[in-house]
Amino acid sequence: MTMSALIIDISLWGSVLVLGIIAFRRGRVVVVSAAREGAMDFINIVPRIALGVIGSGYIAAVIPPEIITGWLGPDSGWLGVLTAVIAGGLTPGGPVVGFSIGAVALKVGGGSPQVIAYVVAWALFAFQRLILWEIPFMPAKFVWFRAAVSVPFPFLAAALAMAIGKP
Amino acid sequence: MIFIAVLVAVSATLVYRRDGLDGVLKILTHDLWLFGEILPRVLAGCLLGAFITEILPHEKVSRSLGPNSGLKGLLIGTAFGAILPGGPFTAYPVAAALLTVGADFGATIAMVVSWTLIGYGRAVAWELPILGTDFTLWRIVISLPIPVLAGALGRFVYVRMYPKGEPS
Repeated sequence: MTMSALIIDISLWGSVLVLGIIAFRRGRVVVVSAAREGAMDFINIVPRIALGVIGSGYIAAVIPPEIITGWLGPDSGWLGVLTAVIAGGLTPGGPVVGFSIGAVALKVGGGSPQVIAYVVAWALFAFQRLILWEIPFMPAKFVWFRAAVSVPFPFLAAALAMAIGKP
Repeated sequence: MIFIAVLVAVSATLVYRRDGLDGVLKILTHDLWLFGEILPRVLAGCLLGAFITEILPHEKVSRSLGPNSGLKGLLIGTAFGAILPGGPFTAYPVAAALLTVGADFGATIAMVVSWTLIGYGRAVAWELPILGTDFTLWRIVISLPIPVLAGALGRFVYVRMYPKGEPS
């Protein structure tokens, strides 16, 4: 955990540094104006991220994982895939929550295609991530468009998993 | 924003009624800690986005990632999303920067979807330890075609929704 956090920070600030140097070679004005632009974005986004990160713990705390796991019942066919997709979209919280629910569902006998559909749906359009992370940074029109266009793909992933019989 | 604020307030009240003040404070300290940890990365992501907007030549980006970039544009978006370091604090500002400098919805969708589905960051840090190697690898293999298909579907729908180009 700490190791991977360190790697993330190094590669992140390393990229900022490299791009900053490239901008600097274009001229001082370019760096200063880009840095000011980035800092303004940061200041505008912080309140929303604050609300999201500090608030999301409460949202996750009132939606018990057992409810979502129950939706991913064993070998529930296409109806199970559908509930898995809906459950994925409704799952609150960070990566630990989504993957852990998937793992629990597998342990209690959930079908692999259903769990694949759940994980893919959660990665593509978990509402909490859309609202708390994606919309603050990107045009809202793009975010809703992207989420809508993504809807068929958890089903495709489940179909592929059924077809190849893996994992 | 208001919707989320209300949702958070309602959830916090429910936690308070269930677990008392201790429960509310425990979540608050945990999340404040997380927030402090994320904050510098959000700054880095914003700077990254701003530098990319400034540096990337607009004509070149709209040629290789614009509406007429074809399959190649979608593949570039997918590759870019797969190798992008960091979490949501980098992916979204960088995607927003790409839109600004001339990438179309299709290529940007390919990038964002590729980052969530085949980006190595989350898979290595979270999915592998929690769901195991077998599941994670097959999940990624199954996901491989999705970014390009989602980008293509995005383009297909976009030109039909806005035949005269993006409304302002």
